[in-house]
Amino acid sequence: MSVAKQLIEAQLPPPELARRWTAARVTGSAVMALWLVIGVGIILFLVAEWDPAKIEKYAPNYFSGLQVTLTLVGISIVLGALVSIPVTIGRMSSNSVLSGIAYGYVYFFRGTPLIAQLFLIYYGLGEFRPQLQSIGLWGFFRDPWNCAILAFTVNTAAYQAEILRGALQSVPRGQFEGAQALGLSRVVIYWKIILPQAMIVALRPYGNEIILMIKGSAIVAIITVFDLFGETRRAYSRTFDFQTYIWAAIFYLIIVEMLRNLWNVLENRLTRHLKR
Amino acid sequence: MEQTLTLLSFGPDGWGDQIASGVGVTVSLALATLPIGLVVGFLLALAKQSDERILRMAAEIYTTIFRGLPELLTLFLVYFGLQIGIRQALLALGYESAMEINSFLAGMIALGVVFSAFASEVFLSAFRAIPLGQYEGGYALGLGKAQTMFKIILPQLIRIALPGLGNLWMILLKETALVSVIGLPDILRQAGIAARVSKEAFLFFGTACVLFLVLAILSSFVISAIERRVERSEVRV
Repeated sequence: MSVAKQLIEAQLPPPELARRWTAARVTGSAVMALWLVIGVGIILFLVAEWDPAKIEKYAPNYFSGLQVTLTLVGISIVLGALVSIPVTIGRMSSNSVLSGIAYGYVYFFRGTPLIAQLFLIYYGLGEFRPQLQSIGLWGFFRDPWNCAILAFTVNTAAYQAEILRGALQSVPRGQFEGAQALGLSRVVIYWKIILPQAMIVALRPYGNEIILMIKGSAIVAIITVFDLFGETRRAYSRTFDFQTYIWAAIFYLIIVEMLRNLWNVLENRLTRHLKR
Repeated sequence: MEQTLTLLSFGPDGWGDQIASGVGVTVSLALATLPIGLVVGFLLALAKQSDERILRMAAEIYTTIFRGLPELLTLFLVYFGLQIGIRQALLALGYESAMEINSFLAGMIALGVVFSAFASEVFLSAFRAIPLGQYEGGYALGLGKAQTMFKIILPQLIRIALPGLGNLWMILLKETALVSVIGLPDILRQAGIAARVSKEAFLFFGTACVLFLVLAILSSFVISAIERRVERSEVRV
């Protein structure tokens, strides 16, 4: 019988293996290097082209453009939310005429490009000038700003109606029946039981819709509303300086990233009772 | 009424031929963009679930940029940026020439880049829905990495990703309308020219909307046919 006579002294851990240059690592490093070159290139370009006179002249325009973009999207999202309520009710109604109309509305505005809808409203309705003048609406439709708000509102209302319907239908029927068994009225059931649960489901799609609207709103520049993109195009047409577009890209990226992060925080906060 | 029909008819008096050629341009742009977007999106999804941190980061930067920029701005960046870039490159080589970038090509690149950024997310969530055992089963059968991917994972991946990709296709179809802004003669641009000449803006932009709607309806038929075809391989319990 053999007995250990002495203990082996504690050893250092084996040396760490050198990380191998796998294909993934090589590709990753190459692409990352490319990003770095592009990033540094853009910064160098912006520094080289830095012209205080230009900045002083165009920076206020960019900020007013930013304000126009945010106002436009804010107003259309809120108005669209209001319009989406009757559309959702129509879509969920058991009356086939009502639900057919609501379905047609949603299908049309989700199936055609926003830019075509905008042209249809701005240029298309402009053709009915005498009729519009006779009912006193010409003043409204003459202004591209109003047309943009109208087009965006009806468009986002269609998308928001689908979000709302999906969210409402995701709440189990038992919730409604349970509330009815407690003798609550329909208003209370919707307001206190169905909507709070549906809104949590709808939160993420609503955030995506706001981001889509901000990105989509760039097309109003084509009907001469000077939003962020419109101001960019104006600055470019006067200076032929490519940095105008790069600044616009930076602004848009900042807005979208801020919204995305805000939404992550909101979702974390509002669903904290669902996590274990 | 008769005048409306004349305007929409084919031939010298109507705008039918021009608008029909616009439909052709719209459809071919969308079809040409689709394979680029799908392949790049798939590669991006592979990169995003790689073990290598640096590769994941590189792919995330791509997605963050092209998901956050408005499509119209991406289009302008590509259109003007490429023109300026090529001119500078040619100048550096000693050539003096102003090159015009084809608006079809610019549209294809810009829309393909945006499409791939969104498609990578769809593919990524589909990858996450496939159990690890599928890979292990493949390796246990002695298949290599590539064979496992193409013969075992990809067929399942497509089935899971199809609804998301169908949505992206609908979005792509609508986004092609933006390329009319840089002069591509698609449905919207032809309708705009017709509207300006004939002073019948409502008619022609309405026609454009209806045509887009028809394309969307046709695509939804095709997508559901593909879904039915793919579902045949689904396990029936």
